[in-house]
Amino acid sequence: MIAALALVVAAGLKARPTVAASPGGQPQGSASPASARDSAPIDLTGYWVSYVTENWRYRMVTPAKGEYRRIPASPAALPIIAAWDPAADTRAGEQCKSYGAGAIMSVPGRLHITWQDANTLRIDIDAGKQTRLVRFTDRASSPDAPLTWQGESVGTWERVPAPDTGGSLSVVTSRMRAGYLRKNGVSYSERATVSEHFDVAPLPDGGQLLLVNTTVEDPVYLNGPYIVSPHFKKEADGSKWDPTPCSSTW
Amino acid sequence: MFIDVVVPRAALGLAIVGLAAAVVFTQAGQGLAGGQRVLQGQFEIAGSWAPLGTEDVQNDSVPVDYLGLAITDDARARALSYDESQKSMIERQCQGWGAAYAVLGPFGLRISTQSDAATNRLVSYTIDAWEDWNGLTIWMDGRPHPSEHALHTQAGFTTGRWEGGALAAHTTHMKAGFIRKTGVPLSDEATIDWRFFRHGDVLTVLMVARDPIYLVEPEVISKGFRLSQAPLDYRDPCVPSFEGPEPGDPVPHYAPGQNPFVNEFVELYHLPREAVLGYRETLYPEYRKKIKDTYVPPPPCTADCGVAGNFVRRRGP
Repeated sequence: MIAALALVVAAGLKARPTVAASPGGQPQGSASPASARDSAPIDLTGYWVSYVTENWRYRMVTPAKGEYRRIPASPAALPIIAAWDPAADTRAGEQCKSYGAGAIMSVPGRLHITWQDANTLRIDIDAGKQTRLVRFTDRASSPDAPLTWQGESVGTWERVPAPDTGGSLSVVTSRMRAGYLRKNGVSYSERATVSEHFDVAPLPDGGQLLLVNTTVEDPVYLNGPYIVSPHFKKEADGSKWDPTPCSSTW
Repeated sequence: MFIDVVVPRAALGLAIVGLAAAVVFTQAGQGLAGGQRVLQGQFEIAGSWAPLGTEDVQNDSVPVDYLGLAITDDARARALSYDESQKSMIERQCQGWGAAYAVLGPFGLRISTQSDAATNRLVSYTIDAWEDWNGLTIWMDGRPHPSEHALHTQAGFTTGRWEGGALAAHTTHMKAGFIRKTGVPLSDEATIDWRFFRHGDVLTVLMVARDPIYLVEPEVISKGFRLSQAPLDYRDPCVPSFEGPEPGDPVPHYAPGQNPFVNEFVELYHLPREAVLGYRETLYPEYRKKIKDTYVPPPPCTADCGVAGNFVRRRGP
């Protein structure tokens, strides 16, 4: 009797249906796991352009050296902020420090979002010629692998149960090279993590907005989470795509 | 014997309950293929939400700051004629600000729910008023917007619905007012679309304001709030008092071309004039490339440079 019940429970576990959703949000009821691409509750692919209606003075131009208003910089960050030297960054080949994952979504530019494969979302950014890869599968990185500007990003769909449709993309990024939250040297360290939520919303003219809620946490150079929410407008095509290299000064 | 039988059965029962719970929990989003979690279709929005303050959405520290706006020539002319001393006039002190001030103002949000006493069904959400703001009621019971000839108020008329895991709302019937405290106008034909997203303890309010009279493109603001354990209450009554202007004095204003602050922000931070004055092209990345070779960074910051400093460092008299 007990063994039979155990078998029933085990069978229930093994045969559980997935609740993966099609882009339309309908459960597929398949026992085989759907890929991240096939189960996406929202479509993020396409071209998106920064619409800079917030933090204009900190994003569209390089702020004054030493200014870090609205960023909870720790005492350890202050000497670095004060010592910011863009020419030295350029000489050291570090001109991409303000284009890392901790800041890149706030840098004015365009995104081109595609699926690199069924479980990897690729975000190309023309500002600084950067590429982010959001992987939806567990992929243990080697501790010896070098840190990169864009780090390693793990994605999770958060979807609304049927009959409603929609949802959000959650992304957690770590293993980044130390970089700048702003062009003028307000820093984050290699120990920082970036948590993001990608949401979409309609515009009154029929267009679409992409909202990227971004939380940067850093035990070294921040006293608390730094949270911003840059947004983007969807564009019909890539005709305005204009890759430009990183710059320490601009 | 009785004990010998009952205990294993009870243990098995607990195991079954536990395993069943594990199945349900797993189905609710843990360990699903493709990295998935299931959201609630709706979330608890009621409560006190404190502003995060990490983004500059107010833009009201200097009299002429229209950064991040795409406004019409008419709006620019009206804004440049605006003198903030108007708010010292006794009849205007408690006039308050319009619905957009929910995200443009410096305050947090205290949101409550109202239910039908008989059916217990949700009727509305209310964002409580502040001293200089009249609050916002979001009707959730499916009622239609009033006729276009109905009364316009500071708060306007707002209906909402849950959509895609967010609260979506639409505001009409606002009185003519402002989209910035610096005097950038919003007409009574303006409408606002809202989205409230919740991720953990962070509530992000997305505002998309459009105005066929004064905005060339929608004004988009997304402002973050964090759930506060302490209740927020900003409802001190507004009590008018004498602040200088006498009854019968002219309305403070600047004649065309006479606004003395038009270049203050430009000179303070070496900002392009067309950006400070809210021209459309300044909102897009192409503009950044356009000014790349002419922009000269301001001198190093020497005071109020940090998170607790003033948003803008103004020159002394």
